[in-house]
Amino acid sequence: MRVSLNWLRQLVPGLEGTAEELADRLAMTVTGVEEIVPVGRGLEDIRVARVLELREHPDADRLSLCLVDGGEDPVEVVCGAPVIHEGGLYPFIAPGSTLPGGLRIEERAIRGVTSHGMLCSERELALGSDASGILRLPDGLEPGTPLVQAFDLPDAALELEITPNRVDLACHVGVARELAAEAGLEVRVPPVEGADWEPTWRDGHEAASAGGVTVGIEDAARCGRYLGAVVRGVEVKPSPAWLQARLRAVGARPINNVVDATNYVLRELNQPLHAFDLARVRGGRIGVRAARAGERLRTLDGVERALEPAATVITDAEGPVAVAGVMGGEESEVTAGTTDVFLECAWFDPSHTRHTARSLELSTDASYRFERGVDRRGCEAALARCVRLILATAGGKAEADAVRVGELPGPRTVVPLRPERVQRLLGLVLDAGAIEGLLAPLGFERDETGGLAFRIPGWREGDIRREVDLIEEVARRHGYERFPTATRPTRPSTVPDDPSFARSDRVRRLLESRGLLEARSSSLVARSEADAERPVDLLHPISAEEGFLRGALVPVLLRRLEHNWARGTGDVRLYEIGTVFRRRAEDESGEVPVAEELRVGALLTGRRRPPHWSEEPAAVDVWDLKGLAEEVASGLCGATVEPLPLASGDEAPALGRFGAARWLGAERFELVGPAGRIGVAGGVRREAVDAPPWAEAVWALEFGLGAVELAAPTPYRPLSTFPAVPRDLALAVPASVRAAEVEAVIREAAPEWLEDVRLFDVYEGDGVEGGRRSLAFRFRFRARDRTLEDAEVESALKQIIRRIEERCDARVRSA
Amino acid sequence: MSEGGNPLLERLAAIEEEGVAALRDAADEEALETARVRYLGRSGAVADVLGRIGSLPADQRRPVGQKGNAVKRALEETHETRAAELRMRESARAAADRDLTRPGRTAWPGGSHPVTAVIDEICDIFRELGFTRVRGPEVETEWYNFTALNIPLDHPAADVHDTFYLEDGVVLRTHTSPVQARTMQTHQPPVRVVVPGVCYRRESIDASHAAVFDQIEGLAVDEGVDFVEFRSTIEHFVRRFFGAETRTRFRPDFFPFTEPSAQVEVSCTICGGSGCATCKGTGWIEIMGSGMVDPAVFEAVGYDPERYTGYAFGMGPGRMALLRHGIPDLRLLHEGDVRFLRQFAST
Repeated sequence: MRVSLNWLRQLVPGLEGTAEELADRLAMTVTGVEEIVPVGRGLEDIRVARVLELREHPDADRLSLCLVDGGEDPVEVVCGAPVIHEGGLYPFIAPGSTLPGGLRIEERAIRGVTSHGMLCSERELALGSDASGILRLPDGLEPGTPLVQAFDLPDAALELEITPNRVDLACHVGVARELAAEAGLEVRVPPVEGADWEPTWRDGHEAASAGGVTVGIEDAARCGRYLGAVVRGVEVKPSPAWLQARLRAVGARPINNVVDATNYVLRELNQPLHAFDLARVRGGRIGVRAARAGERLRTLDGVERALEPAATVITDAEGPVAVAGVMGGEESEVTAGTTDVFLECAWFDPSHTRHTARSLELSTDASYRFERGVDRRGCEAALARCVRLILATAGGKAEADAVRVGELPGPRTVVPLRPERVQRLLGLVLDAGAIEGLLAPLGFERDETGGLAFRIPGWREGDIRREVDLIEEVARRHGYERFPTATRPTRPSTVPDDPSFARSDRVRRLLESRGLLEARSSSLVARSEADAERPVDLLHPISAEEGFLRGALVPVLLRRLEHNWARGTGDVRLYEIGTVFRRRAEDESGEVPVAEELRVGALLTGRRRPPHWSEEPAAVDVWDLKGLAEEVASGLCGATVEPLPLASGDEAPALGRFGAARWLGAERFELVGPAGRIGVAGGVRREAVDAPPWAEAVWALEFGLGAVELAAPTPYRPLSTFPAVPRDLALAVPASVRAAEVEAVIREAAPEWLEDVRLFDVYEGDGVEGGRRSLAFRFRFRARDRTLEDAEVESALKQIIRRIEERCDARVRSA
Repeated sequence: MSEGGNPLLERLAAIEEEGVAALRDAADEEALETARVRYLGRSGAVADVLGRIGSLPADQRRPVGQKGNAVKRALEETHETRAAELRMRESARAAADRDLTRPGRTAWPGGSHPVTAVIDEICDIFRELGFTRVRGPEVETEWYNFTALNIPLDHPAADVHDTFYLEDGVVLRTHTSPVQARTMQTHQPPVRVVVPGVCYRRESIDASHAAVFDQIEGLAVDEGVDFVEFRSTIEHFVRRFFGAETRTRFRPDFFPFTEPSAQVEVSCTICGGSGCATCKGTGWIEIMGSGMVDPAVFEAVGYDPERYTGYAFGMGPGRMALLRHGIPDLRLLHEGDVRFLRQFAST
């Protein structure tokens, strides 16, 4: 929303300050200023000029020669614009002067004819975007007049941020009110010179007639008030320069004097108005009702639109002529041939206007304001001002009677305000007088009937309904920056810290210490990354690639991996902690039909360590993954990692809530906690990821964050001071016997002073009988209370060997 | 008895002098070994003297023995010192050959995402002030996302949220504020919480907008919480997070669930307030929407608005991470590019 600084200065006589200063004042007490746009800078050398004579260029069809009166001796100018009118006024720049863009104009020959200057387009003057022709200036200006004088330039436009509660700031009077209050000045709307019209209102609750027009509101919920006036015998032509200048400064295109008058009042008083060509209003009847199925209307923008019953329309005797509160119809628009005008000034319901605009996917200056609520008490003044402007700029005669349909506004809302509440909420001690002093300049009148209370002006009725709304005005007028700073004693929160934060902290410490980098991926994904069985889809996604909520983390990390591969990075170690989603089953209860779970996902690929000149590290393999999974499982979750066998022919065994783990290849594990499966780990199938030929195998794991235990204190185990006795034992076991089984048997058979045993070598081949595999274990025996005798170690080892031979069909290779 | 008169003692003194010099000045290991054999060897000079002790009268054996051992120790010490020196010289020579400018062996660096680091830091600052951390669901009901927060659904105030719907009445939360309502429904004041979380808006994605983004919400409710406390707390936070020299300013703004509402701006972290591209020449950067909790929110969750007051605020850790590190494009945060993440890895 743009406001012109010159316009504001005109409304607040005595207002001082540069554009930057006023913008800052607005930002600190009213609303943000997004941009300060200079208007009409560098136009000091441009003058109004009349084209006295127009001739064809002797050597070029598309050029014309203009004899131009720029206030001094007439000069000849070569012009390339398609349409130039003899006798018309145009902006002219003489040789030796500079355009706003910095281009210096010189006398120069164009196709053999010397051009003594240039006529300028809107764009060349930086007054607009139109470069198609020379800017036609309104009649009545004296040749030689500086353009800056005719157009009240230079000006500056402030681009204001309008929050949904402050639509009153979408017009100049609204902003002027705030600036005036701040500066201790008053807003004075200048009267329209040479026009004075006060109508006699013809009131009706549902319908009324005046000036040959009958207005009827069929649906009062859609339209609270409808005021209309008739002006006959207008001369439709370009608006005078001052009016054009005002509209241009705020980025509106001047159209003709009648339409410009409505736009001017819109931007001055915030009231949208619409002018109909009365000759095109069939039957002299205007109605407001819901559109009917099948009705169509070509709107002012030239688009033929199908209307829906959600939309409110303005009709004449035969059908829709305008979309209420949004846009007029092309058929009844005011054109050069219009002589009689019907002017509409209505109050359309915010919600219905919103539905109307939405049903047509249209948003206009009018609908924007009606949706947010215009001042229903301001209709009379706005209509009168617009009629006067039309009379002043287009001539004609207004009918003395005007229609006014709908309910007249009742008394203004009164909102009480307790000074003690101001103190409680703001921490400021202000008495009634001080509060009134802050509020009165904004139009809040003190109500004297009881305690401290204020009558709310019409333009703030939508926003200010409660005491707290007034308190905000007090705080704002006092100035947020003028509040004192003071620390207050506070009581601790009754809300416990959510344990998921401590859980994710533990996970992050572990994974980051193992060289994994944290990713934060989007949770909006394609179908393939959603939950396999119960995907969660969006109703209106931006794209199919972001049409679902992710059902697992590893598939999302695989997309991140592909991104890295595409950039030539092969060593990728990522993890992510985040939410995954699945639709609840029919019989599953919940506030929403979607179940969420916090998960941890991780993936590893590439070299085990960063490359070093001394060696080329091997690629990450299944044992790196299993080791990481074991650290996660036993270190964080009190869980174990178990192979997850792939039954023959069973491509994707049911993995419960890890059902989305379609990425899981043949080498797979599950993380098993006291209450069952908490996660899965394994190799990533080739089909699950789009790998370049040089890529290494990919390993991944995923588990539920909820399984992470919150660290309980670890009990101390005494350290033995006696010497340890090491022993190695190599066993040839059938290939079908698992290392974990052998180890379990060893532990079972061993005395309690077996401190540690671990697999340290696996061997198949020469020296080992076919169908067997050598597993070598390293033992460390140590008692807590004595030095072990050789004999007791030997006897223990014998015992262990006997048991393994029995249970695992093992043969001792060396001991 | 005169010691000077004992030739063996004199001999030992001479051996010590010569031997120490020979060992100390040995040019290399070979020379050192030769000297060691000559003086300390099995048939070296010291052993030779000690071997002749038996031929001495009994009363002279003791002093010669003692002196002999002392000389032996002195020579051994000198030998050890010199040997260490020569070894060091040798290793230094070997080390010089090995070119220690070559890079060392490292492990893969791990680390947190820069946005996580910002969230952690914000949480830490508020936890010091007695706030706790809570979470809430990302799939929300319209009631929690809008109605409870005084945002009428059929109103332009809801438009700014550009909401993703899953079905009628079920949305992806557009802000972390619904967790305010959830927390107050389940806990009585004093409530002081921060709520980090992922939010969703149906926005077209560019350098500064994402459909999925992080937010962190704060809420403090108790008796006697006023605008002064709110402002002071936020200023404290800004000084802690952005640095003591950073200035804060509060401007009027509008959020349906706070009143009075304020936009918090900090003096530009890039130019310090003189105006640059980051702050669009204004010298200030918007960092959070905030305000006093609207009584309508208290009514929605069953708190007595006459008794309790509070403040709430929300900020974007993603944008704050961009500011902090000078990252030009929000999209870089979510690509998972290892080259990007490694820049912020702490290890």
